[in-house]
Amino acid sequence: MSSPQALPRWADVFLMPVLNLAIAMAAAAVVVLFVGQNPREVMAVLVHGAFGTARGLSYTLYYATSFIFTGLAVAVAFHGGLFNIGAEGQATLGGLGTGLVAMWLSQRLPAPILLPLMLLGGALFGMAWAAVPAYLQAYRGSHVVITTIMFNFLASTLLVYLLVNHLKQAGGMAIESAPFGPAAHLPGMHEALAWLGIEWPSSPLNISLFLALLAAVGVYALLWHSRAGYRLRAVGSSEGAAAYAGINPKHQVIIAMGLSGALAGMVGMNEIAGVNGKLLLDFVGGAGFTGIAAAVMGRNHPFGIVMASVLFGALFQGGAEVSFEVPGFSRDMVVMLQGFIVLFSGAMAYVIAPWVSRVIQWFGRRSRTARDGDPVKLPEATHG
Amino acid sequence: MNVITPTPDVPTAAPAVAVRMVDISKRFGPVLANGDVNLRVLSGTVHGLVGENGAGKSTLMSVLYGFYAADSGSIEVFGKPARIRNAHEAIALGLGMVHQHFMLVDTLSAIENVMLGAEPHVLLRRADALVRARLDELMASTGLHVKLDALVGDLSVGDRQRLEILKALYRGARILILDEPTAVLTPQETEQLFAVLARLREQGTTIVLITHKLKEVMRLCDHVTVMRGGRVVHESAIAQSSIAQLAEAMVGRKVNMGRQGDAPAAVGDVVLQAQGLALRDAMKVTRLHGLDLTLRAGEIVGVAGVAGNGQSELLELLSGLRAPDAGRLQLGAESFEVGHWLDPRTARRLGLAHVPEDRHARAMVMDFAAWESAVLGYEAQPAYSRGGWMRHGRMREATAALMERFDVRPRDVSLGSAKFSGGNQQKLVLAREIGQSPRVLLVGQPTRGVDIGAIEFIHAQLRALRDAGCALLVVSSELDEILALADRVLVMNDGRITGELPINECTEARIGLLMVQEEAAA
Repeated sequence: MSSPQALPRWADVFLMPVLNLAIAMAAAAVVVLFVGQNPREVMAVLVHGAFGTARGLSYTLYYATSFIFTGLAVAVAFHGGLFNIGAEGQATLGGLGTGLVAMWLSQRLPAPILLPLMLLGGALFGMAWAAVPAYLQAYRGSHVVITTIMFNFLASTLLVYLLVNHLKQAGGMAIESAPFGPAAHLPGMHEALAWLGIEWPSSPLNISLFLALLAAVGVYALLWHSRAGYRLRAVGSSEGAAAYAGINPKHQVIIAMGLSGALAGMVGMNEIAGVNGKLLLDFVGGAGFTGIAAAVMGRNHPFGIVMASVLFGALFQGGAEVSFEVPGFSRDMVVMLQGFIVLFSGAMAYVIAPWVSRVIQWFGRRSRTARDGDPVKLPEATHG
Repeated sequence: MNVITPTPDVPTAAPAVAVRMVDISKRFGPVLANGDVNLRVLSGTVHGLVGENGAGKSTLMSVLYGFYAADSGSIEVFGKPARIRNAHEAIALGLGMVHQHFMLVDTLSAIENVMLGAEPHVLLRRADALVRARLDELMASTGLHVKLDALVGDLSVGDRQRLEILKALYRGARILILDEPTAVLTPQETEQLFAVLARLREQGTTIVLITHKLKEVMRLCDHVTVMRGGRVVHESAIAQSSIAQLAEAMVGRKVNMGRQGDAPAAVGDVVLQAQGLALRDAMKVTRLHGLDLTLRAGEIVGVAGVAGNGQSELLELLSGLRAPDAGRLQLGAESFEVGHWLDPRTARRLGLAHVPEDRHARAMVMDFAAWESAVLGYEAQPAYSRGGWMRHGRMREATAALMERFDVRPRDVSLGSAKFSGGNQQKLVLAREIGQSPRVLLVGQPTRGVDIGAIEFIHAQLRALRDAGCALLVVSSELDEILALADRVLVMNDGRITGELPINECTEARIGLLMVQEEAAA
C-alpha cells in the first residue's frame, strides 16, 4: 500500500487527500462541461445545498451519520487484516435487531431504558451476522470477502421474508411494520436543540450523530490505546509475528469481525430509531458500500472517516439539490462525481505520490541548499 | 571456437578491462545508495565486491544489469561505452547475473528453464534438441553438471545454482555476476562451486563475486573492491590485502571476529529436555525424525546444517509455535506432550525466550513503531499495560532503555520497525528477549542480514547471557558463526541430528561431512 518514495507524514495525511479530491473534482468538471453545464454553477449549487442552510447541513450530517458507522466498521476489520464488504448486510440485520426490540418493548419500557436496549439489539444482531463469515474465514478457510458479499444478499432477502410473512402490519398495504410506540423514538436534532432553546429546522438528523462520534472516539481508543487493539493490529499487519507473540490469529479474526458487525449494526439507531420509527425495507440504502469508500478515503483512521463521511454526506445532499435546481442535471451526474472521488481517493490514492514526493524534495533541497550552500548530507542506507 | 571464451580481440598480454563503471551515483529518495562509485573489473579475473548490507553493492550491480538507471556516471563494457536500460540489453552485452534468490520456475524442467524466453525455434521439440546439444557442450567444458530433465523443484540448492550459471552461460555471458552464491551451500558444495568458477576463469570468463564472506574473497578472487555507505573505500589486488584489512575497510574500524575465550569448564543443570520430537508437514512429509535434545544452564548449543533440514521446525516446536506429532518436552518443572503442548505465552511465562530466524515475518510487526514492536509478546505485562490499556509512556521509556543498552541506531523509539537496518532490527529483538532475563534462549540465524560490526556485538551479548547462566540454542547456517559461538555443536541433516561434537573437536571438514550424512553417526 505504501508509496515507493516515502512522503512526509503531513503530506500523506493531509496534502494527498486534498489533491486527490481536487483531481476528482476537476475530472467531474470536465464531464459537466461536456454535457453543456457550467461546472462552477453546479459546484456552487452543490456546496450551498449541502452546507449553505441549516436544513441542508442537517441532511448532510444525517447521511454522514450512517457512513461513519459503516466506515468505522470497515476500518476495524481492515486493521485486523480483513476486508469486510458486508457492512451493508450487517447494518440491515442491525436495523432488524433494533426494530425487533422496539416492536416488542416499546409499549412497556420508558425511552431511557428502551433506547439502550435497541442499540444493544442492533449491535448484537450486526455482530452475529458478521460472526458467521468470521468463523468460516478463521476455521474453514472461506474468504471473508466472498462470504460477506453473499451475506449482504442473504440479509436483504431475510428482511423481506420476515417483513412480508411475519412483521408486516396487519391489513396494511406497505411492506413495513406497525409504527413503534413513542418510547422507541430517538430524538431528532431539532428536538434536542429545542430543549436547549435553540431553534433548528426539522430534519432527519437525530442524536445518533453523537453516538457515531462517540463510536469514532471509541474505535480510536480501542485500536491505538488498548491491549485488544494492539493485538488486533498485530494480527492485521503480520499474522506470523502475532502468532510468535502468543496471539491467536483465529480469535482475532472473530473479534475484529464481531466489532465490525456491531458498528455497522448501529446504523439501525439512525435509520430505524431516529428517522422511520418502524421497520421497513431498504433503510440502509447503500450506506454499507459508501462506508467502504469513506474508510478508504479516511485512511482507516476514525478522524479521517468522520471527515470523509461528511464529504460523502454532502455529496448525497448537495447532489439531490443540484438535480432539483439545475435543469437537465440528473442525480446520475452526482453518482458519477462520487465515482470519481472513490476512484481518485481510494483506488488510485497513490498514483500521484511519486510526483508529489519529487516536488516536495525539490523544495526541500532548494531551501536547504540555500541555507548552507552545500548538497544535503543524507543518512546512510537504513534499509537492511 | 570455444563458446566460453569468445573474446579473441582481447590480447592476452595486457589484461583488458571487462567492466568499467565511472562515477556512478544513485539516490533513492533521501538515501544515497551509490556515490561516485568507480569499479574496474579486468577481463578473465574474479573480482570480489564486498561490503556490509546496505553498502551499495547490490545497487551497483543492479545499475550494471539495467534494473536501475544511475543518476549520473558512465559504464563501459569491454571498452565500449554502454547504456544499459534493461536486462535484455545487459545480456546482449555479455553480462549474466545469478541472483541470491534463484530466478527459476519450480514446475518446469531444468532444460525448460534454460530455454524460457530464449527459445531458439518455434517448435519446442526442435528448440529442445538445439538447446540440449549446446548445454551438453557447455557442461562438458565447464564441469557444471545438471540433470536436464529433472523438475527444478526436485533439484538440490546446489544443482539449482549450477543451473542458473548454465543459463547465464547459455545466453552468452562473458561476465558473470554472482550475488552471495555460497549463502545456501554446504562447505562441500562451496568447494565444488569454487572449482567451477576457477575453471571458468581459466577459460576466460570474467566473474564478479558479491559477498560478505572475506575468507572466500581471499581464496578465489584476484582483485577486491570494498564498499561502505555507498562509496568505494578500498581497492586492491588480493595479494596485497588481508582479511583483517578488508574487514576494517568494510566496517570502518577494527573488528574482532572469531572465538572469544574457551568453552566454560562446567555447565549447570538441565533446563530443557526434548525427547523423540517428530513432525510431519501438511504434505505428510516427515520433517523431524524423533529428535532428542538437552540444554543445560550456562552453555551455548549450536545447531549446524544446511538450511531446510528441520532446524526451523525444531525451533518452532521448542518455542511453542507448533505442536509435534510425537515427542515429549521438559521445560523447567513442567512437562509437555502431544495433545498438551507448549504455546508461546506459556513458553514466555516459563522463561523461554525466542529470537526467530525470520525477522520480517515473525520477530517484529514491520508496520509498528519501534516502541510497539519492542514489547511484542510481552504486551500483557503490568509494565506495559494495565486494565487492558497500553501504557504508552512506559513502553517508550522501556524501548529507549533497550535501545541504549543494545546500541540500536538510530535511537528513535517512534521510527517504524521496517525503517531500521537488519542489524539494528536484530539488536532490538535481542534486546527485547534478553531484557526479560530468560532461562532459555532460542536463537535462529542470529546474524542473518546483519553487518559485521553488529555481528561482533550480538555475539558478545549472547556470550554474556551464557555466562549469566542462561541456556542458549543457536541455529545458524553460517558454519563460522557456529564455530565462533557454540560450546557444543549438533549437526542436522534431513530432520535428524547426525552428530554431536564438543567445540574443541569441531573442524569445518568434520561438520561438513555430518551435514550431508544420512544417518546418525555411530
